[in-house]
Amino acid sequence: MSLKLKALKKSLWVYHVSGGSCNNCDIEILDLLTPRFDVERFGIILAASPRHADVLLCTGIVNKKCVERVKEVYQQTPKPCVVVAVGTCSCSGGIFRDGYQMAGPLDKIIPVDVYIPGCPPKPESIIAGIVKFLKELK
Amino acid sequence: MIENIKERLKDKIKEIKIHNERRVYLTIDRKDLKDVVNIIFNELGARYQIVTGIENFDKFELLYHFSFDKQGLIISLRTFLDKENPEIESLTSIIPGISYIEREVWELLGINFIGHPNLKHFLLREDWPENLYPLRKGVKKDGRK
Amino acid sequence: MVENRKVIVPIGPYHPLLEEPEYFQLYCDGEEVVDAEWIAGYNHRGIEKLSESKHYDQVTFLVERICGICSTSHPIAYCNSIEDLCGIEIPERAKYIRSIIGELERLHSHLLWVGLAGHFLGYNTVFMWAWKYREPILDMFEMITGNRNHYAMLRIGGVRRDIEDEDVPILKKTLSEIKDKVKMLTEAVLDDPVLSARLKGVGILTKDDIKNYGAVGPVARASGVDIDVRRDDPYAAYNLVEWKVITTENGDVFDKAVVRLLECFESIKIIEQCLDAIYGKKGEIWKEVREIIEGEGIGHHEAPRGEVFHYVRSDGNTTSPVRHKIRAPSYVNIPTFKASCIGETISDVCIILAGVDPCYCCTERIAVYDKDKNKKVYDFDQLIKKSIEKTEKIKKELGKEGKLWKHLL
Repeated sequence: MSLKLKALKKSLWVYHVSGGSCNNCDIEILDLLTPRFDVERFGIILAASPRHADVLLCTGIVNKKCVERVKEVYQQTPKPCVVVAVGTCSCSGGIFRDGYQMAGPLDKIIPVDVYIPGCPPKPESIIAGIVKFLKELK
Repeated sequence: MIENIKERLKDKIKEIKIHNERRVYLTIDRKDLKDVVNIIFNELGARYQIVTGIENFDKFELLYHFSFDKQGLIISLRTFLDKENPEIESLTSIIPGISYIEREVWELLGINFIGHPNLKHFLLREDWPENLYPLRKGVKKDGRK
Repeated sequence: MVENRKVIVPIGPYHPLLEEPEYFQLYCDGEEVVDAEWIAGYNHRGIEKLSESKHYDQVTFLVERICGICSTSHPIAYCNSIEDLCGIEIPERAKYIRSIIGELERLHSHLLWVGLAGHFLGYNTVFMWAWKYREPILDMFEMITGNRNHYAMLRIGGVRRDIEDEDVPILKKTLSEIKDKVKMLTEAVLDDPVLSARLKGVGILTKDDIKNYGAVGPVARASGVDIDVRRDDPYAAYNLVEWKVITTENGDVFDKAVVRLLECFESIKIIEQCLDAIYGKKGEIWKEVREIIEGEGIGHHEAPRGEVFHYVRSDGNTTSPVRHKIRAPSYVNIPTFKASCIGETISDVCIILAGVDPCYCCTERIAVYDKDKNKKVYDFDQLIKKSIEKTEKIKKELGKEGKLWKHLL
């Protein structure tokens, strides 16, 4: 395992990107920070800028107005980084896939490493998804 | 309340449809719109709710929804616009809050609001193709004609 | 607005605590905000058009996905509009269940707001508390509906699932626990001298502003405008239970917080009465609707943030609506920033924008411009920092710690 990957796995700094979601996945991501789930005990914290982030948590269909912004955020994130598609919308487009504002799903725009489906995925399953990926990462 | 409105508007009402005692639809001429809204909004004290734009086979239709909260009554003012050149006077001078929905109706349905101070793209991208109005019936749901 | 002051801002720091992308531009003269503009559309998904291609029953699920926090408000308003169109009276048990779901949602949404408002001010304790006490409400949702959010409880003509008798005592017990905690939170927030100094007289909306922008919900009620769809145009079981509409007079951010916190108690009261009414009884929970006749219907519902408005037109032949217009409460509440932000200082703008509860998200992309230099001076993180600094300053000036901190010691 390269040094970079080893460092990446130690303490994940997460940056949250919303590309036109219904804000439910976003609330569940926030829930991760609050006393019941409290992911900070695993060394995971939400970073305020993509330049500090190891992981991008992306939600929403990525609509035509924010597609450039999402790309820009991805470019600003230092590599290697992990891109996680949270929720059905960013995995496949879900109920909105036929809409005129749809530019996604997310893997059309940026490379995605982890898919966590669900509408919305429970906080437990978001944690499980990240843990599963970290175990696979070599 | 309905009687009161009928009396105040008199012959400006072309058609009245009472769906039930809490939902009333009034058809008015588009030239009278400003006067009618002035009476309903300023003098009778209704609360502005929203504007609905609809494309019919031969005409565009705009519905201005107002609510009288004390009575629980919703009055919808219905106006018809021509298909070729749909335009109507902007109500921003009477109701400041109506500005955003007029922009939305303009960009999604292509109805021109005369006298609107800031008729620019609101929900869609700045470089959205011209003359492509997603809510029109000729446009498919994925935004192609 | 001077055109050359407009600068396209990079999407900027997405703040981890805010979700949906919205974008405000503030034009400032020194510390004072002189003008502001709202740029929307980062979240536009074309739901009104999609709705025209879905079956009437599918639309219930589509409108549920408009917003994650008010995810039962839109289905209730949509079902109300279809029931208004066809003249359907739903069974009494369904009415009570609709009210229970609606009020549970109000509870969790208001707690969510209190938490985030606390965070904006630099009171992270309030944030952690409020979100901790919100979890049992989500558990109740999971118990009744099977999901923490997006409950899928509504259908045209009634509800999808029944509340079992054996669940009712557990629900009531959880409710009474939440009541104590909300009471503690309310007292801590309302007695705190720092919060009073920080929030009173900030971002005042007058009755005229409310009328001009058509603002609804707690924003209007905090300014003394006594409107509430639940009472004015009763639907579900709101006319079958005892409760009252909370109003205050001042219209500042403090009053908005008071209205929301006190509404939590009214919600608990409504839920308790509804649970009593359905306990130990059996009954229909939905009425079959075989066809949607030609016509048009309007339905509205008092969501946590204000009135949700749905207009549906049907032509009687097809299985999809011909036109479906949706108006969410934030659509009329957000434009009030034109009246409330201008003339305030930059450090207060953050909480004023949060004060209208714009689905928490709308405050996201704030960029502050300096009037002369035509460049970006603050981003949202710095705004929150400035807001926190001001709270600290007031705390020092007051020379004493608020009651809130005493609870912790």
